[in-house]
Amino acid sequence: MTDQAIAITVNGERRKGRTEARTTLADFLRDELALTGTHVGCEHGVCGACTVLLDGEAVRSCLVLAVQADGADITTIEGIGPEPGRLGPVQQAFMECHGLQCGFCTPGFVVSVTSFLAEQPAPTDDEIREMLSGNICRCTGYQGIVAAVHRATELIEEATA
Amino acid sequence: MTVLAPTDLDGALAALAERPDATVLAGGTDLMVELNFGHRRAGVFVSLRRVRELREWSRVGDELTIGATVTYTGLERGQIATLVPALAQAARTVGSPQIRNAGTIGGNLATASPAGDTLPVLSALDAVVVCASASAGRREVSVHDFLVGPKRSALAAGELVVAVRVPVLSGPQEFLKVGTRNAMVISIAGVALVTDAARGGLRCALGSVGPTALRAADAESFAATAVEWPSRRATPEAAIEFGRLTAGAARPIDDHRATAHYRRHAVEVCARRAFERVTLR
Repeated sequence: MTDQAIAITVNGERRKGRTEARTTLADFLRDELALTGTHVGCEHGVCGACTVLLDGEAVRSCLVLAVQADGADITTIEGIGPEPGRLGPVQQAFMECHGLQCGFCTPGFVVSVTSFLAEQPAPTDDEIREMLSGNICRCTGYQGIVAAVHRATELIEEATA
Repeated sequence: MTVLAPTDLDGALAALAERPDATVLAGGTDLMVELNFGHRRAGVFVSLRRVRELREWSRVGDELTIGATVTYTGLERGQIATLVPALAQAARTVGSPQIRNAGTIGGNLATASPAGDTLPVLSALDAVVVCASASAGRREVSVHDFLVGPKRSALAAGELVVAVRVPVLSGPQEFLKVGTRNAMVISIAGVALVTDAARGGLRCALGSVGPTALRAADAESFAATAVEWPSRRATPEAAIEFGRLTAGAARPIDDHRATAHYRRHAVEVCARRAFERVTLR
């Protein structure tokens, strides 16, 4: 195993590190940068718990090698809110609408929803279910999550009005 | 394990020439799963993520050249979706949004899975795959020759898929797929149907029901006369016969996803529906 040097921007902060080539971006974020909000569930691209924004696009960080992300700009759940200790509109909406129970899947949902609403600010129920087809929640039955996405669109609109 | 991350095409070809044992890593949606599950041993990988030239597409006349690392998201949005609608429809059925942001058309080709969703569309379009290597330069291979068998392509050692060229046709196009849910599924059966109004015909290809994408030649010949061109009028009976003939071209197997019998039936239904959608009563 040979270590490779990488430099990435995570949540606006420039981070440098050395990592084994085999390390996934999810493991690098958690183990090297101590950003443990990104969860690792299935490790084969199905559950969506590890979703992060890579150069602005929602991707599965378990299917990206850390060295592939060299030079990239990454946003994790820790960087979704406006500042530490304050919730962003999607987080606020998930809390208000009971869009979570155990919370394991929630970081992935929040990151995914944040990215999708940036592209589609007023989705229908069907569009929400389609946009969240790559995130699995085993607690809520999704009703609260769909409600939370609608609520998030209102909160975002209020904030920008 | 070593990952090389070239920043341009020449660098990628040089890396592959230097390390003929290297595996190309594009979107990672197949390869990383194999690695994470221990189905593939770590080795030398050439990541294409930073190779800009491969991410672009262009139109010259009635032909699109789509770079190998254009993602499914890139195919389902914007101009490509208007110019080659069946490709966009197929891209939209792949995985989830996160997978579509990562997976690439070149990866779909090079992986050559029988269930690759863009492959029947590329087959129906008679696409041309542009390959390149440092030693032999560029060559163009018909998609029919490129797809050799299950997970086998005509790529030589050290060779890379650079782009795929597809025609811009006039007339409606359809892609239909059957899976166990509406997202995150590997296709059980897929049908791509494109009309070529200028030449007065339909072209139809199947996915997940043979070792590679298959063309439904008998169904195509039937449509040339059973459909009135250029009005695209056809009878309801013609749709039923088109479905039956298309199912006849399938060579499905039983596996853990579906039986051969079910797959053939799914092809018949999808082909009939696709035919009804691209023709007029």
